[in-house]
Amino acid sequence: MKVKSPLEVYKFLPQTNCGECGFDTCMSFAAHIIDRGVKPTDCPPLVKESEKDPKLKKKLEELIKLTSPEIAEVIIGVGDSAIKIGGEDVLHRHELTFFNPTAFFYDVWDTMDERELDERCGKVVEWKKFYVGDYLTLDGIAVRCTSNDPEKFKEVAKKVAGYGKPMILVALNPECMRAALEEVASYRPLIYAATEANWKEFLELALEFNVPVTLRAKDLNLLKSMAVTFKNAGVNDIVLDPVTEPLGEGLRSTYERVIQLRRTAILAEDKDIAYPIMVTPLVAWTIDADDVTKAYWETVIGSLFVVKYGDVMIFHSLEPYTLMPTVTLRYNIYTDPRTPVQVEAGLREINNPSPDDPVFITTNFALTYYTVESDLTSANIKCWLLVLNTEGLGVEVSVAGGQFTAAKVKDLIEETGIADKVNHKYLVIPGLAARLQGAIEDETGWNVLVGPMDSGRIKGWLEQNWPPKK
Amino acid sequence: MTDKLTLEEFFNLLKKYNVEELEGVRIEGDLEIEIEPGAGIDANTINALVALSQYVNLIQEFGNFLYHTNMALSYLQRLSTALGIPTPFAAPQPVAPITPEVPTVEVPRFEIPEKLVEARFEPYKSEYTGVIQEVTLGATRADGGTREVTVTIGGEKSLPFYFFDADMPHLPVIAIDIFDRRPMLAKAVREHYEDVLDDPAEWAKKAVKDFNADLVTLHLISTDPMLEDTPAREAVKVLEDILQAVKVPIIVGGSGNKEKDPEVLEKAAEVAEGERIMLASATLDMDWERIGNAAKKYGHVILSWTQMDINNQKTLNRYLLKRVGIAPESLVMDPTTAALGYGLDYAYTNMERIRISGLRGDSDLAFPMSSGTTNAWGAREAWMTESPIEGDSPWGPRELRGPIWEIVTGLTLALAGVDLFMMMHPGAVAVLKEIMYTLGGKVEGEAVDPSAWITMEG
Ligand code: SF4
Repeated sequence: MKVKSPLEVYKFLPQTNCGECGFDTCMSFAAHIIDRGVKPTDCPPLVKESEKDPKLKKKLEELIKLTSPEIAEVIIGVGDSAIKIGGEDVLHRHELTFFNPTAFFYDVWDTMDERELDERCGKVVEWKKFYVGDYLTLDGIAVRCTSNDPEKFKEVAKKVAGYGKPMILVALNPECMRAALEEVASYRPLIYAATEANWKEFLELALEFNVPVTLRAKDLNLLKSMAVTFKNAGVNDIVLDPVTEPLGEGLRSTYERVIQLRRTAILAEDKDIAYPIMVTPLVAWTIDADDVTKAYWETVIGSLFVVKYGDVMIFHSLEPYTLMPTVTLRYNIYTDPRTPVQVEAGLREINNPSPDDPVFITTNFALTYYTVESDLTSANIKCWLLVLNTEGLGVEVSVAGGQFTAAKVKDLIEETGIADKVNHKYLVIPGLAARLQGAIEDETGWNVLVGPMDSGRIKGWLEQNWPPKK
Repeated sequence: MTDKLTLEEFFNLLKKYNVEELEGVRIEGDLEIEIEPGAGIDANTINALVALSQYVNLIQEFGNFLYHTNMALSYLQRLSTALGIPTPFAAPQPVAPITPEVPTVEVPRFEIPEKLVEARFEPYKSEYTGVIQEVTLGATRADGGTREVTVTIGGEKSLPFYFFDADMPHLPVIAIDIFDRRPMLAKAVREHYEDVLDDPAEWAKKAVKDFNADLVTLHLISTDPMLEDTPAREAVKVLEDILQAVKVPIIVGGSGNKEKDPEVLEKAAEVAEGERIMLASATLDMDWERIGNAAKKYGHVILSWTQMDINNQKTLNRYLLKRVGIAPESLVMDPTTAALGYGLDYAYTNMERIRISGLRGDSDLAFPMSSGTTNAWGAREAWMTESPIEGDSPWGPRELRGPIWEIVTGLTLALAGVDLFMMMHPGAVAVLKEIMYTLGGKVEGEAVDPSAWITMEG
């Protein structure tokens, strides 16, 4: 985004503070444009006026230009499952935040037997992992043309489209690509890829079917030349693939190309290459090694470019040991560092507890809280859960840092009136807060039991320790 | 916004001349008509439609068989042509010729240029004013120690592995953790050390010889008053054994007990005089001055450890440099490592900010960084047999989850600027080294066709 301060945006607004946008003042609306919570077109008067007056229209267009992200945004797919990539504004997440998490696609190929194809597609659709209050999932399916047969490719693309996930169509042969597009273009797949050899045909396909297109070249001059050519011809939805090489000097130079592309787009404001970047970690599957090594190396390449500017990726492995770290890393890197990940402090009733049930305490760090809460809920444990305001810090850190103290526990017990809801005075504290046991007993007069180190073990712990032996 | 009408409703409307906007009319699906607002209307169009409306019944009869937009549209067009009525409907998209009587020449429907527009990519170059301090761990005989190798870290002038900006004089190194008593270890880690868990000297040898550790970190956890409470004087005997057993530089840690650690580290500094070990670590809430003085007196390096707070890191560094008088070439920072999924975002961003500040010239933060990457094993995903969450897809074998958790945690922090990793799983050590050496230009790697994946079967 070209503008940095709300004042620069404010100049363009009606300055009437009418409140139609949902904010009290135009200045506050301007501030939200800067942090990208809203767009200029979310100010209704601005849009209405611009429809009447061409001069104002120009002004609005200028504001849109000034406030649009540095890296173009590209949408793959349609409807609810459509995914947005690119749209980034910064090189380091602490400078603002990263916006659109790297889209993860998993490959199938058109010479695969049908049962296997269904199995893989089903996995991509169904896979999920609970994390911080929600499930992490996978984004889409990349269909590779290994048959070099247009009919075959078309048929499999159609079948995969039925799974309702965004798609990448992978074929360098324009005939194959055309056949598939005739069938599935309305699903808005990303096509992969235009190269030095086939770019004319792919340019025509991108225009004719109005689908986003990947440009592939290791030589960044060539890549930029293709991007300029496509843009001039009227293609806006462009993704750049500077070619992922799996090993040694090849991988090192891949790292360099990806960083150079993104850095030059943002710092040198080179709009000609300011597009989302494609990385293909599945290239690890072409090296000579056993499957676990390939899967590990694929995860390493994927992780490297989740941290460094990859906007869309194609993976091969669907093993839990590769999916879990990559989706978790993606979440971590794309979490907005501006919003503290906290939940509200207070008392939660888990599974309709009775006065006989145990009382636990945890912190308001979202990750800790959701982990504990989901462990208790899914293990069907009836209990009362006190949530202490530790300023969004986890148990270990807040105990060490003084945000988790006996005095604060006492206040929380009083504020929530938990003593009136249960007919005992036993409080279970996290194993990692064990050292506060005595202090909390002294401060509150409750009996303090030290729970397990990990809330996943509460069930077993309760079997041993609840109800407490007098 | 478009309104949808059935054909019948549409013609009824027409008959009543209630139509306001007609341009952009098109027929869709099961003979529904969309009227796009904002379009003008001309008399011819109305007349044409009125004329057509006489045939509405006929059309509807056929309409039951016409499901596709283009079919419906071309049917209408043909009908109207047959009746001599100019059609008001514009085809929404080119319809393929039904009977190509003229030989079809492949005429591109779009303007495709003959040649690429030539463009040059001019990479942006970043230059920083600051340089990260170089720190050498270990001392050879020539320098008053008994190490056969020393390890130097730091010296960066750019972000990690940005060789296109500036040379990176030293690649990051990896230390393997060993303990003076059996620690709690995840099964996948323990099985590699089962035979040496009760013998720290053998453990150190294994770490160096079998697992390629650049350094060894000895944790004197038995000194913890809650555990054996081993007196400092006695505990450091293990350090002497380790210095005998291996010839790589050594890092020594205490138990984390704030009262006891300064004493333990002071003793360690004393018995390792001249060896240039690293004392791990001084923190703001313990007697950092005592530990700092011990490092200074016996010529060691000190690890300045803070809890994910760039300002505290600055403060503690200043205390150690200014108040204790530690030389800049004897300071390393540990800004705290959190595991993947358990605060890695904070750890990453904190370290990245520290490194960028250092490169931009903040001399209080321009020091190499160390990471307790073994913390990754605290993540339940690394060690639990299966997910405690019912809705989760299966987690698969934990033996494969654990090492990759440690690798990804380490790799992420390598990209933030970590110079020294403390790790445990030998597989994780090997893979992290491989990727760092690769990014560091030390691995040539076999040539692989980077297009092969596009058509590989399997
Ligand atoms: S809607 Fe527009 S004019 Fe009204 S307060 Fe919001 S920004 Fe200002």
